[in-house]
Amino acid sequence: MSFFSFGQSAEIDIVLNDAETRKKVEHKTEDGKKDKYFLFYDGETVSGKVNVTLKNPGKRLEHQGIKIEFIGQIELYYDRGNHHEFVSLVKDLARPGELTQSQTFDFEFTHVEKPYESYTGQNVKLRYFLRATISRRLNDISKEMDIVVHTLSTYPELNSSIKMEVGIEDCLHIEFEYNKCKYHLKDVIVGKIYFLLVRIKIKHMEIDIIKRETTGTGPNVYHENDTIAKYEIMDGAPVRGESIPIRLFLAGYEMTPTMRDINKKFSVRYYLNLVLIDEEERRYFKQQEITLWRKGDIVRKSMSHQAVIASQRFEGSSSAEKALAQAKEDSN
Amino acid sequence: MSEPTVADTRRLNSKPQDLTDAYGPPSNFLEIDVYDPQTVGVGRNRFTTYDVRMRTNLPIFKLKESCVRRRYSDFEWLKNELERDSKIVVPPLPGKALKRQLPFRGDEGIFEESFIEERRVGLEQFINRIAGHPLAQNERCLHMFLQDESIDRNYIPGKPQ
Repeated sequence: MSFFSFGQSAEIDIVLNDAETRKKVEHKTEDGKKDKYFLFYDGETVSGKVNVTLKNPGKRLEHQGIKIEFIGQIELYYDRGNHHEFVSLVKDLARPGELTQSQTFDFEFTHVEKPYESYTGQNVKLRYFLRATISRRLNDISKEMDIVVHTLSTYPELNSSIKMEVGIEDCLHIEFEYNKCKYHLKDVIVGKIYFLLVRIKIKHMEIDIIKRETTGTGPNVYHENDTIAKYEIMDGAPVRGESIPIRLFLAGYEMTPTMRDINKKFSVRYYLNLVLIDEEERRYFKQQEITLWRKGDIVRKSMSHQAVIASQRFEGSSSAEKALAQAKEDSN
Repeated sequence: MSEPTVADTRRLNSKPQDLTDAYGPPSNFLEIDVYDPQTVGVGRNRFTTYDVRMRTNLPIFKLKESCVRRRYSDFEWLKNELERDSKIVVPPLPGKALKRQLPFRGDEGIFEESFIEERRVGLEQFINRIAGHPLAQNERCLHMFLQDESIDRNYIPGKPQ
């Protein structure tokens, strides 16, 4: 925006080189709407063109330099002034001078490290974006383009079941079991609840998935709990010896991978909450943390070499090595 | 990649249930009835008492069957004891109906049949809700209320022996 309408102004447009082939994903914005953004993985190159279009043809645009930045930052909503940048790359596109006509600049950020997944939450946002800037004496002209980053993992080597006996002395004893402790986002929770002692009048039982977003450190830690899912697994009163099965499909719920202490700024963790409700609406519950992770798509023959490298961040490298060898063979 | 593409959703193995457990009486049997309202006394010294009959198979209660006579103020005593000594949010009692105790009413006041029935239902709901609470079951006052002939207001609060 310029108050001086006599001067020259310009429009900036950022276009990725692989805009035609690169996948787009939906991501929630801060006000709850969903938009589509280009999807990137860790290690992938970000390259494209910056188109500078002069608004008043014929007039010159004086500038103090044109650059493009790739930024990864964490924004805490209660502390908007301070952005915590964990990735900050810059490429100069033009030295200070003047543009006499519209121009296009190429840029490439090679094998950019993108260590964390994009996240828009209740009190914190982690985002990656390109920002092209034409510096001027009075006011800069800039354009931002957000991208979304997903962090991939593969089947963990160790994934023990969760099995525990809990209860209230002489009133209620149950043994609950969940088949794994680490689930991917499209996984199924398979489990069972076994009743050892039932001296209360249970009306029904449900499993809730709770997402807890933690921001701040030390004495200023703040937890924001959100119940993502409520799933009834039993209606009626059980007796001793009864086993109630659990089968909960995670693909139907909007969840992110577990994020632990991201850049020491925030965490996003998930809990299974088993809730029993008795005839008088009293609630008995047991919470258990689970780890959620994002599974990469099946390696297709057309998958780029880069994306295979990208999916190498996981526990247990043997299957990725195989995939890498396969991709190399396919491209030969 | 050699990972499975379809998740294994078969049920986890579980022990078969013992048939006596499956078809036997449940271990959570607890029923309390508040009934047979009787108005005793004369004139201004009248009050209504109710039978509080309990049947249970919960081991925490000494008697599997009991029947005691209680009045409204006894229920109030129980509510106050539990509110003071335990962390429970005690359910509400039916109202004290002070207005009904004022003179010059057209009806029988607190001895009106419909009122007594309303109160009886409220007291029955109250005692059933509280007696089923695992924390209340650990208070001496509840056991004394339900199973002792009379309430000793000078008792020592605490756990049932």
